[in-house]
Amino acid sequence: MSTSTDLPVAAATDATARARDLLGVTRLTNQALTRWLHGLPGVDQVGCEARAAGLGTRSIKTTSKQWAIDLAISMIDLTTLEGADTKGRVRGLAAKALLPDPSDLSTPRPAAVCVYGDMVETAKAALGDSGVKVAAVATAFPSGRASMAVKLADTKDAVKAGADEIDMVIDRGAFLSGDYLTVFNQIAAVKQVCGDARLKVIMETGELVTYDNVRRASWLSMLAGGDFIKTSTGKIQPAATLPVTLIMLEAVRDWRDLTNRQVGVKPAGGIKTSKDAIKFLVTVSEIAGEDWLDNHWFRFGASSLLNDLLLQRQRMSTGAYSGGSYIADDSPSTAY
Amino acid sequence: MSRVDVKKTYKLYIGGKFPRSESGRSYEVYAAPSGRSRSTAPRFLANAAQGSRKDARDAVTAARAAQPGWAGATAYNRGQVLYRVAEVMESRRPQLVQEVRDAEGLSPAAAEAVVSQAIDRWVWYAGWSDKYVQILGGLNPVAGPYFNISASEPTGVVAVLAPQESSLLGLVSVIAPVIVSGNAVVVVTSAERPLPAITLAECLATSDVPGGVVNVISGRAAEIAPWLASHRDVNAIDLTGAAGAEGVDWATLEEASADNLKRVLRPGGSGAEAVEPDWTATPDLSRLTAFLETKTVWHPKGR
Repeated sequence: MSTSTDLPVAAATDATARARDLLGVTRLTNQALTRWLHGLPGVDQVGCEARAAGLGTRSIKTTSKQWAIDLAISMIDLTTLEGADTKGRVRGLAAKALLPDPSDLSTPRPAAVCVYGDMVETAKAALGDSGVKVAAVATAFPSGRASMAVKLADTKDAVKAGADEIDMVIDRGAFLSGDYLTVFNQIAAVKQVCGDARLKVIMETGELVTYDNVRRASWLSMLAGGDFIKTSTGKIQPAATLPVTLIMLEAVRDWRDLTNRQVGVKPAGGIKTSKDAIKFLVTVSEIAGEDWLDNHWFRFGASSLLNDLLLQRQRMSTGAYSGGSYIADDSPSTAY
Repeated sequence: MSRVDVKKTYKLYIGGKFPRSESGRSYEVYAAPSGRSRSTAPRFLANAAQGSRKDARDAVTAARAAQPGWAGATAYNRGQVLYRVAEVMESRRPQLVQEVRDAEGLSPAAAEAVVSQAIDRWVWYAGWSDKYVQILGGLNPVAGPYFNISASEPTGVVAVLAPQESSLLGLVSVIAPVIVSGNAVVVVTSAERPLPAITLAECLATSDVPGGVVNVISGRAAEIAPWLASHRDVNAIDLTGAAGAEGVDWATLEEASADNLKRVLRPGGSGAEAVEPDWTATPDLSRLTAFLETKTVWHPKGR
């Protein structure tokens, strides 16, 4: 395997030893991983979609809705991942995270600001010790097509710049061709260089084709040491759908039952309205349980969702429908 | 064997689409009594969608999205598009005449005259599209070496309570002056006479008016209007249809509108007694100017 020489030995041994114990094998081979992952029960596609659709019909009103909106705001990873990102734009986003609604200081802050690695320093400087975390995408985001050395350097760079969380992408090519050991080793290696930063593993479910693959990728990511499993980069459609998130929530629930270790879930991309966000929260509560209804264990990767949540929040506090002019602009002109 | 009638479902018009009310409600619409039918029970016409506050909210969102594009079209182009609406109405004349007859209890000749006037009113306002700025704007004299130019611009999203009595001519007379300048509009139809408004929406959908520029909500003004009056993303509200609307106090709506400094066009009449204007009279520009903002530009004079 070409990447094995680049791996920090300690990382691989640590995660590998745990995996060996769990799988009950003496040597962690691709064959052993394949047997384990393909031994997971298959996903009933129709049943899963029906369950997700059913959960989406719950009516959440008045005080429950208020609570859900505030919780959803506190779970947002406010994201800008554009080639045209400037320091000004990142500072604008950070300012919005610090003061989401200047007309209502009781509005909770989002959990984190999510940027490219080179913007971590700017974001960190703007956010200071406010408690809003800085998440950086790394490992040749969004395609993940680079050598392991580059991916590790990318990650180290972001951690050194002060990133509290790292969002890595898995090698979907390797995963789809059945090379689970490579995916495992890469995640374990990235986790090793993350240090104290929490690692979110982006599976890019839109490219995994089947729900069975989503389940396998979830278990593989958790086995390799991911602190969070995340649906998508936001660059591929479909991104975060409710059925996919449901499968991932089942996976983290079952993983905790098996290993006593809790892993977070982050749907990202395509969640734009408060109504959508509340459907996800209902699903979290029903599938994984209330332990996950906390921004330490559940996040939304989103850019426009916050604005809609703020509009709904204003509507509930003032009694009148609000409009875009009453929301702070988080994308100032690129002139500075 | 007799054929089964294919009855039309009258729906809302929001963002260029014809959805049912999100509330799932509908209400029965009856013909106005006229001539010999005066003594008998009113004739059932159709079920119309009963719009809710959320339909109004969706309509405002659609209007807000459509407004910049519509305002950005050239004045000449907007005039052409509005003239096209008149053309499409002309091609649907028999249907409009029948619906106006049913709605208002008019004689065939009177209904024909009303439809003709409604079509002519579109044309009248269409003609103003590239002219009103010249009438209302100007070069202001200032004490300095500057050009000082004032020009009218659309105010944005306008909510309109359509007249309760005049189901087509009145409706056209309140919509056309709002959109000719580049505003987008959310119209709450006459509660008792919504069918001509839905047909007008079909005319708009098959002309070149972009989806979302005109949104039509059938239903009761008393239920929907307060939400539009307090809506912060609505720039102006026309309360004309408050006259004769059941359970609507226009002064309360004006008060709610003050919260975000909406422009308010009060209904006709004086004091609390609102009356519907005479729509057959030739209009002036007041309905058009009510929904404009004046932009003034200073430009240095070179030498």
